[in-house]
Amino acid sequence: MLCDICHKSNATVHLTEIIDDKVVEMHICQKCAQSKAEELSSQPNIVDFLGGLTGLGRIEGNEKTLKCSACGLSYAEFKSKGRLGCEHCYSVFKQQLLPLLKKIHSSCAHYGKTPLGQDKLNSSQEYLKDLQAQLKRAIKLEEYEDAARLRDKIKKIEEV
Amino acid sequence: MFEDFLNNQNSWLNGRGPEAGIVFSSRIRLARNISGIPFPCRASDLQKKEALCAAKKTFCRVKDVAGSSFVEMDSLDSLDRHILLERHLVGPEHMACGQGKAVIVSKDESISIMVNEEDHFRMQVIVSGFDLGKCWNVINNIDNSFSKEIPFAFSSDLGYLTACPTNVGTGMRASCMMHLPALIFTKRINKILELLTRISFTTRGLFGEGTQALGDFFQISNQASLGQSEEELIDNLMGVVNQVKGQEIDARDALMRKYRHNLEDSVWRALGILRNCRLINSKEALSHLSVLSLGLDLGIINDKDLSCQGRPRQLINSLFIEIQPAHLQKIEAKSLKEKERDSVRADILRERLSKE
Repeated sequence: MLCDICHKSNATVHLTEIIDDKVVEMHICQKCAQSKAEELSSQPNIVDFLGGLTGLGRIEGNEKTLKCSACGLSYAEFKSKGRLGCEHCYSVFKQQLLPLLKKIHSSCAHYGKTPLGQDKLNSSQEYLKDLQAQLKRAIKLEEYEDAARLRDKIKKIEEV
Repeated sequence: MFEDFLNNQNSWLNGRGPEAGIVFSSRIRLARNISGIPFPCRASDLQKKEALCAAKKTFCRVKDVAGSSFVEMDSLDSLDRHILLERHLVGPEHMACGQGKAVIVSKDESISIMVNEEDHFRMQVIVSGFDLGKCWNVINNIDNSFSKEIPFAFSSDLGYLTACPTNVGTGMRASCMMHLPALIFTKRINKILELLTRISFTTRGLFGEGTQALGDFFQISNQASLGQSEEELIDNLMGVVNQVKGQEIDARDALMRKYRHNLEDSVWRALGILRNCRLINSKEALSHLSVLSLGLDLGIINDKDLSCQGRPRQLINSLFIEIQPAHLQKIEAKSLKEKERDSVRADILRERLSKE
């Protein structure tokens, strides 16, 4: 897809703006995104962060092949969309994420609450039963990828 | 459920909360994901269903939300989805069709839980006036009850893990919807907004991200969600909201001292237009309602002038929502073109604000 502004480079940034109650979608290239980000800088919002994500850091060396093995999200995809795919992405991309978190939150450490009863729950019988029911359903629907994942999850819990 | 909406069951619009004249409402939302399931943007339909089932099974056992309505977004037509948006029960991202999207709404509309939006769960509590402490107590209890039954994606160093890195940590966004007509009129608002951004607070319009400051409303919220505890984040926001509130009060006092006569004129003119209009678009209606709300705070008009017994603020607050396009169409029970909406809007305003 070509950039909506310069019509020359490939569009890698997908921008949604709300102008006078109308949703305008734009697909633009890295270079135009940077000038657009400057234009929008008086209205601080998520676009700023994404501008920072997509515009500033370049993907280098082994980052090109970096991929979360759990959900399959590549680092390049994260850079273009600004969304992570699953909880494991946080450990796979940790090295790249920490400076970004520092920039957004001025901190990289959590000081808030911890979920109650997390450990107990993982082994709870009810949760296990639920997973087994889901496994049956997945097999019936021939969703084998999901079934395999559920099977592994059940195995892990049963081992505990 | 949607019929109840039109009969105004929502508690956060009642205008009875503390300092509800300047702080319209307070809201806290938490982002949570189920451990072992990819975030919605990466999850298969079956995995989204898994998250949906977990929500459906659990919510009826959670004290504060038991008895709530559980609505799958796919089961609603576009009009009903817009009603949810206009009532601040779902965000714009939840509007697009998609497998597994649902929302749980408590009877008084103070609690809503979006399922499979950007994160598996987006729980929010919204109350009338300036009362973030109450929001936190309620949402914290709900979160605790859910976490006893559902394992949330959590790491000890980064906290609750969310699809967008801007929400990681506490997963919390606390906000106050402030009505700041005097700061806008005296043009002091720009400096304040600039300052707020510099100290890491976000400002948005009446309907969230990307919307303009309609009806002189600004929503102020924390930008960072990591590095401080929930209580600290709330305390900081309360401090800032108090500052802005003080500035608005000063600006109102100054206006009353210098331009009392002009203010009185504006307020009565606004009431005159709303009582007599035959066609009015939502932007114009919101701006007159804003002036009316200011007039009420400053004692220029009272409940007798508005011909409503006892609860003038609730009347004005609910009109802010009811004159939105989807609500008008729901009231009329048919789809309306823009011009038709302007006419229905005028009818409703005349009727609700009439002298009888």
